Amino acid sequence: MDKEETDEEETEEEMVEIFVMGSRYRVPEGLTILTALEYAGYKFTRGCGCRGGFCGACATVYRTEDEYKLKMDLACQTAVEDGMFLVQLPFMPAVREDYDIEEVDPEEHENILLDYYTEVARCVSCNTCTKACPQDIEVMDYVQSALRGDIERTAELSFDCIHCGLCSMRCPADIKHYHMAQMARRIYAKYEQPDSEELALRVEELEEGKYDEKMEELVKMEKEKLKKMYDERDIKEEG
Amino acid sequence: MMVEGHYYYPGCTMKEKGSDYEKSAMKVMEQLGEPLVEMEDWYCCGAVQSLSEDDIMHQIAPIRTLLMAQEAGEDEVVTLCDMCYNVLKQASERMKEKEDDLETMNEFLDEDPDYEGGVEIYHLFHILKEKKGEIEENVEEPLEDLVVAPYYGCMLLRPDHVAIDNTEDPEIMESFLKLLGVELIENEKRTECCGSYHTVNRSDIVEKRVEDIVGYAAREGADMIVLSCPLCHFNLDYHQRATEFEIPVLYITELMALAFGLDIEMEHHSIDPTSLLEEKGIKE
Amino acid sequence: MMKIKKLMRDIELLEKVEELSEQSPNACIQCGTCSAGCPFVDEMDVLPERIFKYIVLDEVEKVLENNTMWICAACYTCSVRCPRDIDIARIMEGVRQIILRADIDNVDVDEVDNIEELPQLAVVGCFRKETG
Repeated sequence: MDKEETDEEETEEEMVEIFVMGSRYRVPEGLTILTALEYAGYKFTRGCGCRGGFCGACATVYRTEDEYKLKMDLACQTAVEDGMFLVQLPFMPAVREDYDIEEVDPEEHENILLDYYTEVARCVSCNTCTKACPQDIEVMDYVQSALRGDIERTAELSFDCIHCGLCSMRCPADIKHYHMAQMARRIYAKYEQPDSEELALRVEELEEGKYDEKMEELVKMEKEKLKKMYDERDIKEEG
Repeated sequence: MMVEGHYYYPGCTMKEKGSDYEKSAMKVMEQLGEPLVEMEDWYCCGAVQSLSEDDIMHQIAPIRTLLMAQEAGEDEVVTLCDMCYNVLKQASERMKEKEDDLETMNEFLDEDPDYEGGVEIYHLFHILKEKKGEIEENVEEPLEDLVVAPYYGCMLLRPDHVAIDNTEDPEIMESFLKLLGVELIENEKRTECCGSYHTVNRSDIVEKRVEDIVGYAAREGADMIVLSCPLCHFNLDYHQRATEFEIPVLYITELMALAFGLDIEMEHHSIDPTSLLEEKGIKE
Repeated sequence: MMKIKKLMRDIELLEKVEELSEQSPNACIQCGTCSAGCPFVDEMDVLPERIFKYIVLDEVEKVLENNTMWICAACYTCSVRCPRDIDIARIMEGVRQIILRADIDNVDVDEVDNIEELPQLAVVGCFRKETG
């Protein structure tokens, strides 16, 4: 069935034309790539998760007619544009290295990130990874930090990573950026980051049963009331 | 110059295995009134220069660093590491000589400003050369009892268009060492390759080179080998374990710091120089 | 193995080496200065000047299947001494590149097991010269 013919006249000007794996579709303007694909008849069984830009499952690769550059983004976070050529990247094959977090103390091991993710030494500083990142992370900079053994900077720069895998897909040196950075964050959290006093305090309170009563109340609460309470909750600003 | 001092490019190794070199150099240069100020950000240079005519990809890393300097308003970058010096220097020369390459590079780096080709690369030795008087003045007690084998390796001397001295018969390092009061051996092996990156997967090759280079120094009566390249340092120091020799290998700035009476850490030495230094009355 | 066989069948060796290195093996007079000064010559299957001869004679297997270019660590000793001013290190790089560009590496990144002991510049340098 050709959508172009069946669409009604008045919605015509709000439609855009996109190409999914080479096939042309007309979809309503303003949809995200993900919803546009569904509108076009695709059904996701994999390659789609939270729909909120957090899970990294819906990486998409596209070009627009007027630009030579290949672009990358999350399908749930990007609106369709007229003349967009796109394909979903349902999965990025990248093996995560096995390590025992108890055995990777950076005080005791030099080059620990390089030891597990040796291909980091092949980085040519082309910056293609950074350009590919939908989270605007300075990916090349954290890879370079890892190479020089700066675990803290690697962890901090990569903090917003959601493991969509686009950096690794584009890397000419076959680096598995996001797995490496996750290792850096884990090492940093375990061995270098100062312990949080507040967390320890809260755990203590939990163990003492301070919140048991309130928790019980929530569990028993009616769904509608619970929803209302959630919607109206106070969100305090950071800091 | 925007920074008060020399705009300094460290390179990855300076932050781990080569940290003794960096720390001692920082102290020595401070003492000489020529402080090194680390660049705000920098990228691994690639350690070895890509020599293919059509390969621009592997010039990106060194040029990116030169671009950082340019954007910081600096027209000079100083390195301690011989390999970084060689790669950055060759890359900067290539961009000066081959306009097409520079153009291709700038097109690729489209989101960054254009590199204009004006950043010059210097090695520590270029600065020390102008500071001989100050070096001499700062020596607390000449290291008279010490016999030193100077060792250059490859990257400061070859290829000849980036050489900091005569490729076959250099004397720049000797000229610094003499100021410290040490006795020098005539080191015939001082410009021979240590085995370089073969240390990764062909340590047998490196061990033979080390046997040859260290063996010569030992037979000539050297107490220690002095150099300025972190890879030469690693190879000559670490791989001596496969030989019958046990001669400490020091960075020139370590020896200079000791002669100046500066306190330095010496963490990354497979052959601990402490007992030699104590024996010679250099370090308590 | 298939890749190297295909490469050897298809390659215009002299032309490709000249293109990559901007140097001409034809200029070599077989004086042996390169071999005489090479610190790694004992490890090489074939002497450097023989390699140039094989390149000129289109003896592809003798060039690509011997270890000479992998043993060369680009120390440039031969390059600064060649009486014909051939930048030999660049010819060796050209030969390495021919192999690497056919997606045949000389070192397996996953097999390097002593990273903790090595300085970064050794690892980076090795991968630059021996992986494509």
